[in-house]
Amino acid sequence: MSEASSPLAHHFDDLSQQKEATSLGMWTFLVTEILFFGGLFAGYAQYRGAYPHAFEAGSHHLDIVLGGINTVVLIASSLTMALGVHASQLGKRKKTAIFLLATVALGLVFLGIKAAEYTHKYHEGLIPGAGFALQGAERQQMLFFAFYFVMTGLHAAHMIIGVVVVTIIAFQAWRGRYSPAYYGPVEVTGLYWHFVDIVWIFLFPLLYLLGRH
Amino acid sequence: MSEHVVPLRIYYTVFAALLFLTGLTVFVAFFDLGTLNTIVALTIAVIKATLVVLFFMHVWYSSKLTWVFVGAGIFWFLILIAFLFGDVLTRDWLPTAVGWEGN
Repeated sequence: MSEASSPLAHHFDDLSQQKEATSLGMWTFLVTEILFFGGLFAGYAQYRGAYPHAFEAGSHHLDIVLGGINTVVLIASSLTMALGVHASQLGKRKKTAIFLLATVALGLVFLGIKAAEYTHKYHEGLIPGAGFALQGAERQQMLFFAFYFVMTGLHAAHMIIGVVVVTIIAFQAWRGRYSPAYYGPVEVTGLYWHFVDIVWIFLFPLLYLLGRH
Repeated sequence: MSEHVVPLRIYYTVFAALLFLTGLTVFVAFFDLGTLNTIVALTIAVIKATLVVLFFMHVWYSSKLTWVFVGAGIFWFLILIAFLFGDVLTRDWLPTAVGWEGN
């Protein structure tokens, strides 16, 4: 391999050091993401403690079937992502691209179901604000829906970014940009995707399953 | 490359475990266990997240430095939670000062 096309950037000693730095860089970003979402989870915990009945009643308006399907879809997308990274480690160009595109497809299914849920909530008048449909004591549920829309909305925004990035990486993989010696971009894109999956792993029980009994 | 390639069966096993735990958390949610409902749901979620972090995200096979970074994220989140509830849950432990009773 000539100097110009070598995947090793000049400021690293060798490829394994470069790989380590790439992963640690992504992990540093993910740590800030833990605290970004963490603030919302902390707020959720405090207000649910203050208004437990409003949160349980609000949770009843969510569709557990759609939420459950989306959970399975995201877990499946994490599997295809892991398989894509695995294929790139072995230098399988087409397999990498196909698994990454499968991940994108599952991500789009998730976003489609989410959009259908949002539309339904809009027609039910459950968007927090002056037009909120529930009156009297039930109006306290507005707080639950404020957390629901901000937390799932922020999560969906991360999904959209993930879908765009994974599509680009899939295209690059197809063109033979990566090899067993250099697959850092595939690896760190996977880290990001799995992190977004983990956020949903917590959102699903806290929003959909709460007070299901 | 010294990079560890995780055997495929590990990924499939983790995937199956995640699906099983999702089913379990939905199943348990239909029983009224009081505050235990939340504790069980969060315990299952933490187990699922741990499986994803260790195997899908390769932390199990990563350097000690990576473990420190991941641990730092979790540790700082726990500080956030500890200080929040250290405040909120203890507010009525002390008598309110005269003039600050509110309504």
